[in-house]
Amino acid sequence: MDPTRGHYERPSTLDAALGMLGETGPDWTILAGGTDIFPIMTNEAAWSGPKSRNFLDISAIPDLLGIQEEPDGYRIGALVTWGELTRSKLPSVFDCLREAGREVGGTQIQNRGTLVGNVCNASPAADGIPALVTLGANLELSSIGGRRTIPVEEFVVGNRNTALAPNEIVTALTIPNHSPETRSTFLKLGTRRYLVISIAMVSVLIEPDEHDRIKRARIAVGACSASAQRLVDLEDLLAHVPANEDLTEFVRPSHLDALTPIDDVRATAAYRKRAAFELTRRALRRVAGKLTDDGS
Amino acid sequence: MAAREPTQIQIKFTLNGEMQSRVGPPMMRLSRLLRDELNLTGTKIGCDAGDCGACTVRMNGRQVCACLVPLAQLDGSRIETVEGIGDADSLSALQASFLHYGAAQCGICTPGMLMAATDLLAENPRPNEAEVKDALGGVLCRCTGYRKIIEAVVHSHEFTGERSTPEPPDAGCSVGSRISRVDGIGKATGREAFGADQAPEDSLWLRVVRSPHARATFVVGDLDAIVRDTPGLTAILTGADVPGHNSFGIYPDLKDQPVLAVDAVRYRGEAVLALVGERETVDSFPIETLPIEWTPEKSVCGTEEATAKNAPIIHAAHPSNVLLEGYVEKGDAEAAEDGAAVATSWSLCTSHVEHAYIEPEAGYARRIPGSPGRLEVVACTQTPYMDRIEIARVLGIAEDDVRIAPTGCGGGFGGKLDVSIQPLLAIAAWRLDRPVRGIYSRTESMASTTKRHPVRASGTASADGDGNLLSIRLTADFNTGAYASWGPTVADRVPVHGSGPYFVPNVKIRSRAIYTNDPPAGAFRGFGVPQVSILQESLYDDLAEQLGIDPLEFRLRNAIRAGQPTSTGQVLNESVGIARCLEELRPHWQRLRAEAERYNTENASSSHRRGVGVGCMWYGCGNTSLPNPSTIHVRFDCTGKLTLYNGAADIGQGSSTVILQICADALGLQPIDFDLVIGDTDRTADAGKTSASRQTFVSGRAAFLAGQDLRKKLLSMTRRDPSAKLRLEGSRVIVTDDDGETSLDLDKLPPLDDMGTVLEGEGVFDPPTTPLDDKGQGVPYATFGFAAQLCDLEVDLDLGTIHLRRFIAAHDLGKAINPTLVEGQIHGGIAQGIGLALLEQYTPGRTENLHDYLIPTFGDVPEIDVLLVEDPDPLGPYGAKGIGEPALVATAPAIFGAIRQATGIRVEQVPLTPHRLLELLDRQGAQ
Repeated sequence: MDPTRGHYERPSTLDAALGMLGETGPDWTILAGGTDIFPIMTNEAAWSGPKSRNFLDISAIPDLLGIQEEPDGYRIGALVTWGELTRSKLPSVFDCLREAGREVGGTQIQNRGTLVGNVCNASPAADGIPALVTLGANLELSSIGGRRTIPVEEFVVGNRNTALAPNEIVTALTIPNHSPETRSTFLKLGTRRYLVISIAMVSVLIEPDEHDRIKRARIAVGACSASAQRLVDLEDLLAHVPANEDLTEFVRPSHLDALTPIDDVRATAAYRKRAAFELTRRALRRVAGKLTDDGS
Repeated sequence: MAAREPTQIQIKFTLNGEMQSRVGPPMMRLSRLLRDELNLTGTKIGCDAGDCGACTVRMNGRQVCACLVPLAQLDGSRIETVEGIGDADSLSALQASFLHYGAAQCGICTPGMLMAATDLLAENPRPNEAEVKDALGGVLCRCTGYRKIIEAVVHSHEFTGERSTPEPPDAGCSVGSRISRVDGIGKATGREAFGADQAPEDSLWLRVVRSPHARATFVVGDLDAIVRDTPGLTAILTGADVPGHNSFGIYPDLKDQPVLAVDAVRYRGEAVLALVGERETVDSFPIETLPIEWTPEKSVCGTEEATAKNAPIIHAAHPSNVLLEGYVEKGDAEAAEDGAAVATSWSLCTSHVEHAYIEPEAGYARRIPGSPGRLEVVACTQTPYMDRIEIARVLGIAEDDVRIAPTGCGGGFGGKLDVSIQPLLAIAAWRLDRPVRGIYSRTESMASTTKRHPVRASGTASADGDGNLLSIRLTADFNTGAYASWGPTVADRVPVHGSGPYFVPNVKIRSRAIYTNDPPAGAFRGFGVPQVSILQESLYDDLAEQLGIDPLEFRLRNAIRAGQPTSTGQVLNESVGIARCLEELRPHWQRLRAEAERYNTENASSSHRRGVGVGCMWYGCGNTSLPNPSTIHVRFDCTGKLTLYNGAADIGQGSSTVILQICADALGLQPIDFDLVIGDTDRTADAGKTSASRQTFVSGRAAFLAGQDLRKKLLSMTRRDPSAKLRLEGSRVIVTDDDGETSLDLDKLPPLDDMGTVLEGEGVFDPPTTPLDDKGQGVPYATFGFAAQLCDLEVDLDLGTIHLRRFIAAHDLGKAINPTLVEGQIHGGIAQGIGLALLEQYTPGRTENLHDYLIPTFGDVPEIDVLLVEDPDPLGPYGAKGIGEPALVATAPAIFGAIRQATGIRVEQVPLTPHRLLELLDRQGAQ
């Protein structure tokens, strides 16, 4: 059936949207930038007919716009696109997210696709998730009954599977405050330069203490498991290490044991693991460079 | 009229500065709104998935893919399309720059490129190369290799809104000049009509139902009931509805592919039924509910399975699954190996490669108004006259009763040499007596049309102690897929070219085209030669290494020279420029090889290694030992209108421009004096197919002869000297020589036909060849193009990734008729060579889209220096030979030569993706 034969609503307030979700009615597909849903519909139509869908278009809800600085961190509305994010003047701890944003599709996709949509789509190769995980980002989930907050790590429960309840909308991402000295970076590996789905990607965030030792490290690997995975053992190992040491020396293949990559058209599982190892080393080198650049 | 969906919403938005108020379905894509409702067809659709960027427009000042924007979200927005940035009378500076630099080839990606660039230039009027790549990186181009687009955007600030018109070359001086392409304005403004851009208002739509199985039998239930019960559905066509022969194919004796399969299918994507009706109805029809009962069978995948004992038979007429063999033998290769100082053996396999032109197949067909016994097909194609044969045959009518009127062709590369959608449109329009149009989706284009043949090849080469090649032996099995298509051409062409552009005294090359249940493999820029050249060049690198001879010097020593016989015993007496190509490369080679070695020594502990490789190629222009004539006409009518009738389909490479330049010089007038009629089978003579790098050489020669013919007539009528100059003044031609001038009044001459023609020049050229005997000996081609390309790259040993640093391409093409177009061909060929070598692998069911099937992007094609070697061919027009395929063939060998210098790795499986390269490096480390 033509997708538009389903229901379509474009409420102008969050309450109205939540009300529609709360009602017993159709299953809604929440629509923001459309960069995931249209390709899915194209793919479905190729070999059969388009499936009927009911769209709840949240793009007209003002509450979901913009990036706000709040006392305990930043709030990124559900309609904030990658383009808005990369053009915004966020502090340097956001480097990992900005660098990831520049690798999402082409500029056209960055101008339409939202950060929240990237998380909700929950692709194993979602470019935004590793960076959000290292930033300790949370999602704000709203429903008619109220709001709850859940870390991105816990929200994405598997390949295209999330903890979103049918009556909920993700209304924002919140990023906690980090010390001004904290630095981060992101590396993505694909077979070509632009418009490429990751073979593997790594995001690294390091917070130094006042003695230039690593107070806290957060490292997440994407496209190598059903959802982005933290390298917790490596994070622990790096704690208290002087930030000016060669951090790459600390990385062991066993640190990546939690990854469960697959063989597909882009690469083999074995290659993915090797690449994740190497990218982790390089990301650590790069973030260490950012720390020392600032120190001098 | 199909039932409208219940939800309709009203929106207001600004489109190219004008307020629009529309009512429509909320989820209608902006791309469809623009094209179908507002008739703004400059915005192209290449994938409907945000993968190609062809539909890029600006929304509120930012570039977006129009295929991903729903109508509902347009409310209150500002949209700008290519139609809003300039038109033919007032090009924007950017458009003028595109025209000047030759940044548009086929033109299908051009509107998207222009809109992405407009977005960039609004904030950054003088961007550098890196900024251009980042901003335009979301738009794919398959023709240009991106280099001229980058140039055009970087330099756009140097242009004003005025059309840049450098002084047109004087009469007789057009050949060799960089005139803008004659069809450039339509491409740079988005105004050129491609296959999907036009059709009669009352057209029905056709949608093909395809097999999801690679091999299956099937039974179709009651379709009449479905048609009866589905409003808006006019018919469901089956193979029984084909009025003539339900089969097509390139070779007259190998028409083995059904228009619509009956009872059994041989590959995933094969056409089974055609739904015809209102667009909404056919597009939204749930295919899975059709009464087709499938019985899948185990499919035959790849040539090894197809040639195994008791393999299932694909076509009863070929019980061994071998379609055809090709063979060339000269001397005694085995004996030569026995006496050689060095010998080496190797084997490799390659993958299916998809043409990935950005324009999916599209067009319409109808009975010609006023001549209902005739049918016209208006669609994108590379070969109007061959299409005519196919359409006449499936309709069971005379060829004269079919008109093929090609639209703009948004890329071809061999993939639009076979008919695809045309016979389906033709049978539907003929049966239903209604215009019928259709547009393939990206997935269906990829799943159903031809691919580059995968090959499994092995070979042995030998040389004497001085570094003289003694022998080469090759066997190559080509996976020709479910249907013959151009399989025989590949099987014939490869043995002829398999020794490379060298003098090799002993040659034995056998090729086979083998049927499988994989997609039909057909023509793709090089007809098998690029694949086998990788193996052959790798063998010669081995010999050079064993002998301790520099790879370039080894090639130069063995490069074939004028007067030496080829593998087929043909002696080329002129225009054999491979040695000169290598000599041109030599200083760059020596410098870059030394730099790479120095880098590797100085960075011995680093995980990066540099390498520089060289690849050589030759390529016969035109059909292999088969006639392939071109006929070109140039005519004056009584008003003084001068028209060039050129039947060659310009698929972006520029034949319309080049053939005009040649004809203009031969006649002695300026290109701007001509009107053009291109590739319409009712109006132009057969100029053959746009393939085999033949249009410049063959049709160019015919255009030269046509121009000369007309000039001779003018000179004889005015009794002026052969050196006389011509000029046009209204309906008069003024002919001037040293003794004075004569004015010829064309309106006083008697008309020759009902078009008012008063003077005609005709040129016919068929390159002289001879048949090949049972050992492949003979004269397969009248001339060969030659090239040597150099690749400089860096390998990341830890990731197996490759960073291409530079190409230098030396090409002997006889004469560059238009150097800008030639460079564009070389850039684009190299880009496709990069894809072949490092990226591209089509897998049915897995990579049927442009995000899983990866072609090079803006960031994947490095700087390219082009060195033109002009060793004129006495038969070529002004000495010119073809460049289309030569541009690509040497690229992959050069890349693999460079990887070899960097790492010592020899390629076994193409493409050499990062994980494969890392596996080879691991294996090397283990040894």
